[in-house]
Amino acid sequence: MCCAVLFFFLLIVQVDGVWPLPQQLDQSADRNSLSPQRFSFTYGRDSAAQTGCSVLDAAFKRYFSIIFPDFTKGSGLLIVKTRGCDGYPDEDSDESYNLSVSEGQAVLRSVTVWGALRGLESFSQLVYQDDYGSYFINKTEIVDFPRFAFRGLLLDTSRHYLPLHAILKTLDAMAYSKFNVFHWHIVDDPSFPYQSRTFPDLSNKGAFHPFTHVYTQSDVMRVIEHARMRGIRVIPEFDSPGHTQSWGKGQPNLLTPCYKGDVPSGSFGPVDPTVDTTYKFMESLLKEVKFVFPDSYVHLGGDEVSFACWQSNPNVRTFMEKMGFGKDFTKLESFYMERTSIVWQDVFDYHERDTVLEIWKGETYQAELSRMTKAGHRVLLSAPWYINHISYGQDWRNSYAVQPQNFSGTEEQKKLVIGGEVAMWGEYVDATNLNPRLWPRACAAAERLWSDEEKTLNADLAFPRLEKFRCELLRRGIQAEPLFVGHCKHEYDGL
Amino acid sequence: MYCLLKCAPLILAVAVCHGWLFGDFVRKQELNEISLWPIPQKFQSSAVAFKLSPASFQIVHAKQSSAGPSCSILENAFRRYFEYVFGDLKSRKKVYDSDLVELQVWITSADPECDGYPSLQTDESYELSVDEPSAVLKAANAWGALRGLETFSQLVYEDDYGANNINKTEISDFPRFAHRGILLDSSRHFLPLKVILANLEAMAMNKFNVFHWHIVDDQSFPYMSRTFPDLSQKGAYHPFTHVYTPSDVKMVIEFARMRGIRVIPEFDTPGHTRSWGNGIKDLLTPCYSGSSPSGTFGPVNPILNSSYDFMTEFFKEISTVFPDAYIHLGGDEVDFSCWKSNPDIQKFMVQQGFGTDYSKLESFYVQRLLDIVAATKKGYMVWQEVFDNGVKLKDDTVVEVWMGNKMEEELQNVTGAGFTTILSAPWYLDYISYGQDWQRYYKVEPLNFPGTDAQKKLVIGGEACLWGEYVDATNLTPRLWPRASAVAERLWSDKSVTDVGNAYNRLAQHRCRMVKRGIPAEPLFVGHCRQEYMGL
Repeated sequence: MCCAVLFFFLLIVQVDGVWPLPQQLDQSADRNSLSPQRFSFTYGRDSAAQTGCSVLDAAFKRYFSIIFPDFTKGSGLLIVKTRGCDGYPDEDSDESYNLSVSEGQAVLRSVTVWGALRGLESFSQLVYQDDYGSYFINKTEIVDFPRFAFRGLLLDTSRHYLPLHAILKTLDAMAYSKFNVFHWHIVDDPSFPYQSRTFPDLSNKGAFHPFTHVYTQSDVMRVIEHARMRGIRVIPEFDSPGHTQSWGKGQPNLLTPCYKGDVPSGSFGPVDPTVDTTYKFMESLLKEVKFVFPDSYVHLGGDEVSFACWQSNPNVRTFMEKMGFGKDFTKLESFYMERTSIVWQDVFDYHERDTVLEIWKGETYQAELSRMTKAGHRVLLSAPWYINHISYGQDWRNSYAVQPQNFSGTEEQKKLVIGGEVAMWGEYVDATNLNPRLWPRACAAAERLWSDEEKTLNADLAFPRLEKFRCELLRRGIQAEPLFVGHCKHEYDGL
Repeated sequence: MYCLLKCAPLILAVAVCHGWLFGDFVRKQELNEISLWPIPQKFQSSAVAFKLSPASFQIVHAKQSSAGPSCSILENAFRRYFEYVFGDLKSRKKVYDSDLVELQVWITSADPECDGYPSLQTDESYELSVDEPSAVLKAANAWGALRGLETFSQLVYEDDYGANNINKTEISDFPRFAHRGILLDSSRHFLPLKVILANLEAMAMNKFNVFHWHIVDDQSFPYMSRTFPDLSQKGAYHPFTHVYTPSDVKMVIEFARMRGIRVIPEFDTPGHTRSWGNGIKDLLTPCYSGSSPSGTFGPVNPILNSSYDFMTEFFKEISTVFPDAYIHLGGDEVDFSCWKSNPDIQKFMVQQGFGTDYSKLESFYVQRLLDIVAATKKGYMVWQEVFDNGVKLKDDTVVEVWMGNKMEEELQNVTGAGFTTILSAPWYLDYISYGQDWQRYYKVEPLNFPGTDAQKKLVIGGEACLWGEYVDATNLTPRLWPRASAVAERLWSDKSVTDVGNAYNRLAQHRCRMVKRGIPAEPLFVGHCRQEYMGL
């Protein structure tokens, strides 16, 4: 037991849900009132984390003003680094917690600070105000833990640049829905906003603008720290050998020159897999990525490689012959991915079990899940959660109906599904419309990935709880769009 | 340790190049020429560029102009467009010589209409000539000048050193259609005043000239009535935070007037009135389950005199609050099942000899309502069902065609009967889908129906509708813009302006311009704006 947090309030009925639904939730109609003046968060005497735990001290402050928006007092606790509170969440982090709210006191117990964060979020959702503005919480017992360890959200900062505050805001909202992985699709064909310390020309020449449309090293740090404070991992994606048009601008000779007949056409294709300089470059870049991003995972992409350019290039064809690949360019792609992986393994002390495959092809994802897990791969599901695909009406219901383990396979195979992620690709999304498009639509997947499926299959039952949660998001300053006709007490007051 | 994951966007690479190479990479002259939206009727521009310095450039009344400093519409517009052209205060400190010293605004008719309201008959044409040392904007009245000022502001571009430039240009412009509207729905979700005002601002940037305010409906009644305060007291989502007070309404009307935009309120009856029933006892028809009232209510009760007495009083108020010559009376989607269930209504049907044809009862109601409203000296607009059901309409009635199926046939029928009409059927922007659906709106040709020239002239415009089931302050503005801009150009520019590729380039620029002016207009496709949206 690492953490125990106590809440004190005066003794003193409305029962409402928590989103995502806890594994076990028992509430009674007995309600306790909370006085903002008297309420406080304290570390339990037996808690391993005490004042000075950066993650929790900050979380206390944050949740105090979430629970009591009109009171800015908060706790002015010192932030001193102590062990256990200065690390980063990872795939083995235990996020379970128990919350017991009784007369005058609530106790939150968790193994790790990350679990404590999840419990604080649930606690904050249990507090409500009556018509006279008094705060209440009902007598409640919660035993809670996530169904899946990996609950991700992908943002694409290449097709449109997303200002830092848009990313930070998204991390806030992710914490409210208990997401724990930010998959940062940071670069792609259209632009390279990541400002590399090793290769500054990548963003100087590959970003939409070298100063206004880049993420500096300190921006990246801020994202990582903001995420850490909320128990969220940051997994960057550097997709290659395809999806790299923007890389070529700042790194000459990296991309394959395409040919028209016998002469170069002036356009470029995927990364050139035939020259050693490519792998040297990748090694340097990956070393930097390892240094900058603390998470042990990096997403290497490897999707949608077009072979036409490779095919047109005489050097590539000679190389194919030399390697005995014949005309099979998938072999060349594998060759590249393997060599990049080897570079990667050297950099990251690679172990076999750590490969994770992400299933993104929509129509046949059950079959893919079955096939991949049969081969013993651990998998992540994102296919049914491409929420950049919008449509009229309540499409959150489609996301909610997804059953990640509903495919033909053994129990062992099902255990290989370690989670899933919601993807918001950026073709039609930038800071103007990102937030309302994400929220509350992404909340549907959040509950699917956290909660017990048996208890959350009925979307009609979930509807009022989600409706209330979206109003709560609004109250917290997240621009979450409506599910259907109706209103919130506090409407969005931005533009 | 590594992780190999697969993911990919489902896009067409061809289209990418088109989109994201745009922006800073475009040569400046080109950028200038292609960024006008909607494109003027006649437009000539040369590569000769003049500088405009914020320190010395002025927008002034021409000596010959019939308008002067007392014209508040123009005075406000001068300030607004100066700010649009020169951006924030910081960039206004730049010092360089001005080639162009002023824009003279010359109102030619004796009455500049500075204190009036725009109407369906308003002449919005203008002529703009940009040359050294002065640019001249000529318009018959203040409304045309507003359109010309918007065009002028769109002609100004920044060069690489941050100086403002404008090319030598001659423009002669007028709208193709007189009624170019946006419908917002403040009943399904309450729209804070701020959102409505921001969208009026965006409408002016797109030369829209009608705000069709679908202000009340089944779900809520946010309009605060002086005569019947209980309507919003009991029918709004919240009697204080989710209402439009008389001064709110006044502010919307004045804000719109300043931008040459008419405000046409819609008070839809006899259906779509559930929220009315909360505040007005006995207004709605009690539905029956078998031989006893079920406790639910249907459309306005058409058989009681009290219903008509109420409507008389209510519309007397509305006709004084809203200055426009038209009120939209709705009349769509009346559900007959409740009327059918009610024994008193059944009796009335027999008395009147309507048989079992409830559309006759609907017409009976609508006819009496139209007479009531006509007595207030207002004209009215109605949804197409009212015409379809054969209600006798005043000659100046505007029939709004909203049903997507048989749209051409409906236009043919309505205009064949000699009524003016506006089209909204192809422009229900609340129906969203993945991708560039603006192109679909853009490709609509409103006069593409069989009919004589005289019939075609009766089509006076159209409206982009953003119904509120899934829309509130959180997502309204990016959902409306720049998708509605496609409709704006279709309704303003010449029929021959149909090149989608050319439109894409201009619209991408135009949406960046809206973003720069503080409107969170969403992207058309991959790419960037020099100045991204910052207000989150």
